Amino acid sequence: MIRDITIGQYYPADSILHRLDPRVKISCTLLYLISLFLFKSVLGYVIAGCFLAGVIWLSKVPVKFIVKGLKPIVMLLMITVIFNLFLTNEGDVLVKVWIFKITEGGLRTAVFMAIRLVFLIAGSTIMTLTTTPNALTDGIEKLLRPLNKIHVPVHEIAMMMSIALRFIPILLEETDKIMKAQIARGADLESGNIIQKAKNMIPILVPLFVSAFRRANDLAMAMEARCYRGGDGRTKMKPLVYHSRDYLSYTVMAAYLVVVVGIGRYVPFHLWIF
Amino acid sequence: MSITLEHINYTYSEGTAYEKKALKDINLEIPHGQFVGIIGHTGSGKSTLIQHFNGLIKATSGVLKYNGENIYGEQYDLRKLRSQVGLVFQYPEHQLFETDVITDVCFGPKNQGLSPEECKERAREALKLVGFPEELYEVSPFDLSGGQKRRVAIAGVLAMHPQVLVLDEPTAGLDPKGRDEILDQIALLHEKKDMTVILVSHSMEDIAKYVERIIVMNRGEKMYDGTPREVFAHYKELEAVGLAAPQVTYIMNALRENGILVSSEATTVEEAADEILRVVSGEKKEAGSRDGQVRR
Repeated sequence: MIRDITIGQYYPADSILHRLDPRVKISCTLLYLISLFLFKSVLGYVIAGCFLAGVIWLSKVPVKFIVKGLKPIVMLLMITVIFNLFLTNEGDVLVKVWIFKITEGGLRTAVFMAIRLVFLIAGSTIMTLTTTPNALTDGIEKLLRPLNKIHVPVHEIAMMMSIALRFIPILLEETDKIMKAQIARGADLESGNIIQKAKNMIPILVPLFVSAFRRANDLAMAMEARCYRGGDGRTKMKPLVYHSRDYLSYTVMAAYLVVVVGIGRYVPFHLWIF
Repeated sequence: MSITLEHINYTYSEGTAYEKKALKDINLEIPHGQFVGIIGHTGSGKSTLIQHFNGLIKATSGVLKYNGENIYGEQYDLRKLRSQVGLVFQYPEHQLFETDVITDVCFGPKNQGLSPEECKERAREALKLVGFPEELYEVSPFDLSGGQKRRVAIAGVLAMHPQVLVLDEPTAGLDPKGRDEILDQIALLHEKKDMTVILVSHSMEDIAKYVERIIVMNRGEKMYDGTPREVFAHYKELEAVGLAAPQVTYIMNALRENGILVSSEATTVEEAADEILRVVSGEKKEAGSRDGQVRR
């Protein structure tokens, strides 16, 4: 039952994208997301789409997984499209039913907004699909390092994140075990109204909390026994080092940005619209 | 009260990349009143197997019958089955949750729909059965020692009056005294209450001492099924799959290899002592003629 849930959506494969430094992937994803709002022309969308398709192809992740990542935003997408479609009042009226009318501008905004959102989610999905949660926290820690200067406990935050990630599968397994044990004692987890159901969760939640605290205690003890004392002076077993492929990625990203910004600025808007 | 498994297969996470066959074509019949031991190295499918006995896990294919009734039938009442086949998980003390011992033990009977008085009655009886001291009934279960917690957890299952008791390594992490006490109580229950007991254990000594039948699991398959003597006679094959025979089996075999013609069938210390005494006190001739040809 609960065992089937997978946390984090890392898709193991051997591709250049998987081997990239997590810092590259995080910052490039961020830049890509920003770039989506820098153009208004069809050509811009085409280029952004081609870029995304190229990255997906390089990642060797089946498109199926990226489509799966889009599922949660279908609702949001629908709402955005409907609101843009009916509430934008611009240009010629295309269809008019009672008080609702669809204008040319509205249709354009709705379609572009939808594409933009899909690119946005697909772009960030491809990052989480090719980066392990641990690499992700490592990357975030390194990227946020400068914040140490203003006394943000960057290392501690990263450590908390990786511990939390590490414990999710353990706690899930524990929940599964406790649930089974209580079901074996005749616990009824399904029937009853909401209050009854909440009450029925007590035999699972109490042991789960107890065990979470016990594990936290053990872990703290084990870390102390290994002389852990925070991030100061701590070295890494696998330090993040930029390779040539990482610099190459930054270059490609920069080139993409130049093209996209250039299109936004210098290609006449009306030339590329419908 | 028999449990019958026919061609049981179980596959974890079927249809995903993490697919794993945990049980392969298991056929078993456990008649009423038997004391059965299940052994197997870690990951051999023991725990998966025992969770089938009370329907916690539904087999991917195959039929499981309890008292001749197919438990996968549409009309079958799984909750009733679970109160008849009591399952004590590994480290059962981790499932305690109530504010005091007696209320926690009452949880099972309460779920069976008994009145509060009956629940209390059952709980007291069960706690007595596992030898839990009466003055601690009102104490929080979290303040108890590991061994005491284990007793409370086992009592929590016994209070449901199961006809079959399945225990997954009930003595893991206990000291020798606590281990013997708990196993002795279980053996007593088996005798007095005529309960079917299925014991999963890593201790070959415990298995040899208590059970009348051993099922050996290896990589999701049933490898051996027989009396302790029959199974431990295959000690070399058992070693090959990461298991072992009781210490005395090794001693007896070593004795034979060094020319003392004891029968190597003994599986408990008592049996071995009797056998050695018998041989050294002059019955050498008889034993020699019986086992002589097996000598190396």
